[in-house]
Amino acid sequence: MTSTATKPVSALLYRSRRLRLGSLLTLPLVWLVGLYIVSLALLLATAFWRVDPFTSKVTPAFQFDAFEQLLSNQAYLSTSLRTLGIALTVTLLSAAFAIPLGIYMAKIASPWMRGFLAVAITLPLWAGYLVKILAMRVTFTEEGFFNSFFGVLGISGPGFSQPTVVLTLTYLWFPYMALPVYTAIRQIPVNLFDASADLGARGWTTVRTVVMPLLMPALIAGSVFTFSLSLGDYIAAELVGGRTQMIGSIIANNINLNPPVAAAFAFVPVAFVVLYLLGTRRTGALERM
Amino acid sequence: MKKRYRALPAMAAAAALVLAGCAADAGSDGAGELTFDVPDVPTLEEKGDYEDAVDIIAWSGFVEPEWADVFTEETGCVVNRRVAGTSDEMVQLMRTGDYDLVSASGDASLRLIVGGDVAPINTELIPNFSDDIVEGMKGQLYDTINGKVYGIPIGRGANILQYNSEIVTEEPTSWDVVWEADSPYAGQITAYDAPIYIADAAVYLMHHEPELGIENPYALDEDQLAAAIELLQQQNGLISEYWSDPVAQITSFAGGTTAIGTSWEILRKFAADDKFKGTLPVEGSTGWSDAWMISTESDSPNCAYEWMNYTSGAEVNGKIAMNFGMAPANGAFCELNDEAAAHCEEFNALNEEYFEQVWYWTTPIEQCLDGRTDVQCTSFQEWTDAWVSVKG
Repeated sequence: MTSTATKPVSALLYRSRRLRLGSLLTLPLVWLVGLYIVSLALLLATAFWRVDPFTSKVTPAFQFDAFEQLLSNQAYLSTSLRTLGIALTVTLLSAAFAIPLGIYMAKIASPWMRGFLAVAITLPLWAGYLVKILAMRVTFTEEGFFNSFFGVLGISGPGFSQPTVVLTLTYLWFPYMALPVYTAIRQIPVNLFDASADLGARGWTTVRTVVMPLLMPALIAGSVFTFSLSLGDYIAAELVGGRTQMIGSIIANNINLNPPVAAAFAFVPVAFVVLYLLGTRRTGALERM
Repeated sequence: MKKRYRALPAMAAAAALVLAGCAADAGSDGAGELTFDVPDVPTLEEKGDYEDAVDIIAWSGFVEPEWADVFTEETGCVVNRRVAGTSDEMVQLMRTGDYDLVSASGDASLRLIVGGDVAPINTELIPNFSDDIVEGMKGQLYDTINGKVYGIPIGRGANILQYNSEIVTEEPTSWDVVWEADSPYAGQITAYDAPIYIADAAVYLMHHEPELGIENPYALDEDQLAAAIELLQQQNGLISEYWSDPVAQITSFAGGTTAIGTSWEILRKFAADDKFKGTLPVEGSTGWSDAWMISTESDSPNCAYEWMNYTSGAEVNGKIAMNFGMAPANGAFCELNDEAAAHCEEFNALNEEYFEQVWYWTTPIEQCLDGRTDVQCTSFQEWTDAWVSVKG
């Protein structure tokens, strides 16, 4: 009885289950529904609106002109496919770097080395996104670091091109792949490696048959980040892409002049990500994330 | 030859007359179709006390501490600057209603006026808007509609052809070096990354393919637009990189990625290297003519009006022009001193013949701006859509 008197809030929450749940979920739900989903829905709804050809102002309507425009001009399709290709390449490259690095860090490296590498991977996250892209711009410009360093060996860099966009995005999103992969490998019991070796498996066979299956959820979690972040990016294409046009470039070009087309085209990356998530769900990996 | 370079101001003035309903038959050959429904927005009647601050959207270099601080000292209006990179960004920012003033180029101003985003200006409150303003910058279609003034001129300039004289050793006389497939600088060419750049292709075609019948690079029918896009697609194969961010353009030249391409005088200046030179080729060029416009929703109209007046005075207007690298709107600046005279000479400030070769940015609309009535021209949305297929 005394506790009710001294802690009225706790007592109230204890008595009412609804209140308890409500106080727990109100804030995240306001954020998720109110800010996140509603603003996204408002943006996508613009795709069906009418745009004044003179002033570029939009008025609410329900029409499919913007989607027809996307279908009638083949460049939208080729840009979508190019962006998809870039996002997939970035994801594969990140995974290809993250797995050996993760195995080394978790199983081979000394504690000092492990700490050093963990800092090295996360350190770039502390720098601004734009700063990192500009760093890549300085590196790959014609008279930049890459060409002056490797030029001695007769190697000339990719300049500002699609491969540079892939490299830059991989550089940007690599930590999001490396960290879950490293954590997952650390959690694999050492005795599984021993058992695998006892049964006669060499290193590579162990990686393929023991590590990889246990790693799938982490790889998929990481790939959701690298894939979707790459799909939406356009600053990298603008600053190091040269002639590269991505989905984001077109949305950025249209957002002021023709908002319905920008909104309609925004459905494309959303569709890609939904398809990707459905695909990974079928593998069962999402349940184990 | 002269005829093809029919000055846009002359045409615009004719159209403006028609718009005002004064001269429906004054040889405007059908431009009477060109009517705009402009929302009725009230004008400031008289000035009152200054507010605390004025929020300005401007091109880089228009609002600098050197003259903004003096303004703040004199009036108490703190100047908040927001630099915008493109006209489209300016239009979008103005529509938020958070800003009092914008330094709008011709391709933004029509949209802003017709959209009701900017208010007509009471020029009596701006004594510096006087006879000193150069002839070519008064009464432009895109800042004066229905006899009402919406814009106070700041300055004008051409989109120049900039080149690295270490690579391009001879001064180019034609834009062909950035358009033709056999250009010796293939792979080192830069182009402006915005749909308005289609007009640059049109200017080139106007000169080299007269059979297309382009009279005004901002009035393209479907066939003419297709021809311009085809030229841009050919150019795409020669491009090192497109630029929309001015800083990226400067580093593109400075870093050796780009040797030649479209530029602004201020970017050449910022590159701070004498090997970068600029020229206006024989075909003429696109260009811009900027004017201050005041927001319909301005909450500091008194500060805003005084800013427009302050920056229209010969001295401050000249400072802006020199800083940005353009021709000042106030011709009286040219007589202030030797430095000013040299600047005016370099930028052809008083040379209307030079500016007859420059097609100021204008919003392309469905009504043909060149007065044709037998076809429908392509709107800016169609340009934006077509621009997507340039880069593929």
